[in-house]
Amino acid sequence: MNLHEYQSKQIFARFGIPIPRGKVALNSTEAKHIAEELGGRVVIKSQVLVGGRGKAGGIRLARSPEEAEELATLILGMEIRGLPVRKILVDEAVNIERELYLGIANDRNARCPVMMASAEGGVDIEEIARRSPEKIIKVYIDPLIGLRDYQSRDIAVAIDLPREYWKTFMNIAEGLWRVYTAHDATLVEINPLVITADKRMLALDGKMSVDDNALFRHPDLVEMRDLDVEAPAEVEARKYGLSYIKLEGEIGCMVNGAGLAMATMDIIKLHGGEPANFLDIGGGAGADKVAAALRIILSDPKVKVVLINIFGGITRCDEVARGILGALSEVRPRVPMVVRLVGTNAEEGRRMLADAHMITAETLVEAAQKAVAISKGDLVYEHLD
Amino acid sequence: MSILINRKSRVLVQGITGHEGSFHTQQMYAYGTNIVAGVTPGKGGEWVLDGKIPVFDSVKIAVEATGADVSVIFVPARFAPDAIFEAADAGISLIFCITEGIPVQDMMRVKRYLDQKQVRLVGPNCPGALTPGECKVGIIPGNIALPGNVGVVSRSGTLTYEVLYALKLKGIGVSTCVGIGGDPIQGMDFIDVLSLFEADPHTEAIVLIGEIGGNNEERAAEYITRHVTKPVVGFIAGRSAPPGKRMGHAGAIIEGGAGTAEHKINALEAAGVRIAEHPEQVADLVEPYLGK
Repeated sequence: MNLHEYQSKQIFARFGIPIPRGKVALNSTEAKHIAEELGGRVVIKSQVLVGGRGKAGGIRLARSPEEAEELATLILGMEIRGLPVRKILVDEAVNIERELYLGIANDRNARCPVMMASAEGGVDIEEIARRSPEKIIKVYIDPLIGLRDYQSRDIAVAIDLPREYWKTFMNIAEGLWRVYTAHDATLVEINPLVITADKRMLALDGKMSVDDNALFRHPDLVEMRDLDVEAPAEVEARKYGLSYIKLEGEIGCMVNGAGLAMATMDIIKLHGGEPANFLDIGGGAGADKVAAALRIILSDPKVKVVLINIFGGITRCDEVARGILGALSEVRPRVPMVVRLVGTNAEEGRRMLADAHMITAETLVEAAQKAVAISKGDLVYEHLD
Repeated sequence: MSILINRKSRVLVQGITGHEGSFHTQQMYAYGTNIVAGVTPGKGGEWVLDGKIPVFDSVKIAVEATGADVSVIFVPARFAPDAIFEAADAGISLIFCITEGIPVQDMMRVKRYLDQKQVRLVGPNCPGALTPGECKVGIIPGNIALPGNVGVVSRSGTLTYEVLYALKLKGIGVSTCVGIGGDPIQGMDFIDVLSLFEADPHTEAIVLIGEIGGNNEERAAEYITRHVTKPVVGFIAGRSAPPGKRMGHAGAIIEGGAGTAEHKINALEAAGVRIAEHPEQVADLVEPYLGK
């Protein structure tokens, strides 16, 4: 889950990282008042969870409260990469002398956090990483010990920070490390970290991603979740413990297990079809869960056929079949369904479904071939009942 | 023959009285696994499975009383890291963590600690391991695999079952199947398991099942080139997965162009691994390598 800039910066401030003075506004009148409080010259920043806000015109400098009001109206009416701008951050405008980058991420290969810094800030760090990786300073942090002072000092030296700023920088680095651990972040980023003309260091922009698996111990972060960025069906799926991702194709998929769900999508593609979604119903498949999954899959108008692939291990296939039949009476699908059940009690499950006029398949290949043929109109089945 | 677990393994179940723990304890016991103890803090002194298995308050007490040497963890995600630390500190040398959804920062601390202690961890978010006919630790259904000479290592759950079942339908048996799990930070990785299969005299061929995300498969390919003499057949899930979307498993995501199925398949093929196009085909590709 990603946090907005204003949310990240508010958290940074609580951990001793200096940020510009500023407030969130929901409309242009508020923006004007905030600009008046801040002395007139402000930056209006759209709060949407996508990159490239600046390029899209979602970050603008206002020289007066009146201009702030105008720009706020403009930006609040924008959509940036499909996301509506509902909030803006009004920050004091500062004169920048130097821009740096500072961030902490999980390094999967090193299996520990890595602090990254660059003397070039304000730009896309992935772009720098591609273009000139030597410009990114990396310091690996022992997760059992934490960030050491000497490591922050090493970074300050490596990015040519004048000595007078070392102490401030080390405090910011330590603050960022504490933000990262206290919130189970997977990424915390200050980009840019600036030195102003009046010799202050400020986190001008902030970004945080937090670990979804750790949200149980961060109820405050759960409340910050912005549902705008997620497709409604994905939000709905999460309520039922389903993992759903919408794709562009025509064959809806319902599978138990993430790896098998991917393999099922792959085999559809291998046979010339296009999967409409990824959906892992997880372990156990009671009627309510199956029904929710079916509803979500069928909420996509492009779906022409549904492929259900269940490998009953501990989960029994007859139970799954009962779940599917229970769901059918509730959901009443408008498209044919191809079902493949394998494993524990598969025969009984298959018989129950065949009695209900569903299309059954023994192997994954057969199931994929049938589903693809139906999606292309090469195979026609009468609708249920 | 087998790797990691066999009929002599003395297995302890952490979270044995919970919903998952009690169900799978039953399944493991019915399969013939030598389960010697269970742990649920606060329930020490009770017995489960009709009085066949004693429950203890701590892993330390359980190990002292029963000589358990393998632990399998079914406790909920928020308690699982502590359960792993507890098992490691009690002298368990091989820990299987089935639990899904452990925060990644917790796992980084666990991993660092275990590496210092020389304790083996499989998982988390994994189905465990199965040595057909001898021992099953975790949740892999026992009836879908035959004893035999193919070693299977996988990042997935049901996808692994699919492959085991396809092998069984062709009459091909398995020495041991190890599910290493789908999380970004995990205990044993492909390389750790490959080295065990390479050293196991009864494993004739190896099946490696990977998926998108990270570079575990690429590093495995490098290791295979240098150190594995046995034939390896692979399958990689997620060829059709779009970048930037997490495909269920926390670790299964293509980030910044890295971790694609194509990249992994190319690396493995360059290492001489034959890659199946779909899971059922794995059995066809393995068959010619056996019984030579």
